[in-house]
Amino acid sequence: MAKYLLLKHYRGAPAPVNNVPMDQWTPEEISAHVQFMNDFAARLEKTGEFVDGQALAPEGSWVRYDGEGRPPVTDGPFAETKDLIAGWMVIDVDSHERAVELAGELSAAPGKDGKPIHEWLEVRPFLAAKPSTTECTFK
Amino acid sequence: MDEALIRSLTPGVLGVLVRRGADFAAAEDAVQDALIEAVRVWPTDPPRDAKGWLVTVAWRKFLDATRADAARRRREDLVEEEPAPGPVASADDTLQLYFLCAHPSLTPSSAVALTLRAVGGLTTRQIAQAYLVPEATMAQRISRAKRTVSGVRFDQPGDVATVLRVLYLVFNEGYSGDVDLAAEAIRLTRQLAAAIDHPEVAGLLALMLLHHARRATRTAPDGSLVPLAEQDRGRWDTKAIAEGVEILQAALARDRLGEFQAQAAIAALHADAPTAEETDWVQIVEWYDELAALTDSPVVRLNRAVAVGEADGPRAGLAALAELDASSPSSSGRGHPLPRHAAVAAYLHERDGDLATAARLYTEAAHKASNLAERDYLTRQAARLNTGPGSF
Repeated sequence: MAKYLLLKHYRGAPAPVNNVPMDQWTPEEISAHVQFMNDFAARLEKTGEFVDGQALAPEGSWVRYDGEGRPPVTDGPFAETKDLIAGWMVIDVDSHERAVELAGELSAAPGKDGKPIHEWLEVRPFLAAKPSTTECTFK
Repeated sequence: MDEALIRSLTPGVLGVLVRRGADFAAAEDAVQDALIEAVRVWPTDPPRDAKGWLVTVAWRKFLDATRADAARRRREDLVEEEPAPGPVASADDTLQLYFLCAHPSLTPSSAVALTLRAVGGLTTRQIAQAYLVPEATMAQRISRAKRTVSGVRFDQPGDVATVLRVLYLVFNEGYSGDVDLAAEAIRLTRQLAAAIDHPEVAGLLALMLLHHARRATRTAPDGSLVPLAEQDRGRWDTKAIAEGVEILQAALARDRLGEFQAQAAIAALHADAPTAEETDWVQIVEWYDELAALTDSPVVRLNRAVAVGEADGPRAGLAALAELDASSPSSSGRGHPLPRHAAVAAYLHERDGDLATAARLYTEAAHKASNLAERDYLTRQAARLNTGPGSF
């Protein structure tokens, strides 16, 4: 019982096998891809492993504090930023192996010519808020 | 109205329905509906016989649902209006429910969810909140679990060890939101201990009580971890400790040692010490030896190294750690694969006076921590050594 983030990148991940940008697929190929993603989420809900799935707009701004009484500084988007998150899925699974298995299935989403994209997905465990009650030596 | 008291009737009521011939999944739904109605109705109209009320209402709900189902399928199967007198639910029924909900065909998370609902009487929403997943997801997890065990015969003997693992998982989750899973695990383990005479059930109950007794002192008001040696022992729950020790002693006297009894014995030795300095580390090391003989788990050997460090000094602790390293296959490269290995090594090196190594290892340990409270604690340890007075 652990939560994992499956992270999908616009930029920053190694190149996938079927590396054709989406705007060069046929509309049917795009529909097939979207359907695959929806079906995947629905299937995880049925297995009781789905927590959340969201997509992000590619462009955002950068914001930081600029001192007492001053409005925050905004900047960007920076074209040179290497890593750009496209979206995520959060799953709640029994093991790390299961998280990897599901990420592998998600990476098989169809792309150009209906063939799997083989996209690289990042799998990141969540940090729990607290340690488990009994297993820690220093508390 | 005491909701926990209502919920304590859950397994008995469910047992009666299943004994009357209701299938487990439908009976479980009916009992949930009856519990919800009890919470609604009882405050203004309390029943004289709580369990009898629940059985009557749950049975009616079961019949309604079955009839609706039958009508839908245009099938008027023989559902008797009045139940056959049948055997009355007993401690055995409760025990069978524990076995069913922890059936080996279930994944750990499914077994946990099903146990909390069918034995604990928690609602799907409460369980979902406790585990921070959407209610729809938890509902699916539970109905899937029910389907998985639908073919299991109710009167098959089960394995106590699988039930204990499930309860141990629930206890370790602690508490989040308005559901106190640790308290719920204690309640369910207590109920199990009443249904079966088994030293490891007693061992687990003792272990839970002894850990629970220290709960209020394990974190500071800001949520940060307070290590055992720094906890305010005056605030430990002496009643829970006394009960845990008594249960443990009775279990140990039966001379059928198991993992949970050994863990509880270690917890009892900590609870027994009026100050951290007075802890009987020599006896704790002996219990870790027993535990290692029972489980051969690297986590146990890691914790043993800490105890050895306290009993015989940090050099001895580091030697125990080195023994563990030598026996584990992949301890090179990205550091030791065992969670908390770096934290233990850091602690022992600090006590040995090697502050530079300790600081480096505390940072590494923080990086590998699996939860925020521990990460922050370990980062503070590194920072203390890096910046404090007398830093290297």
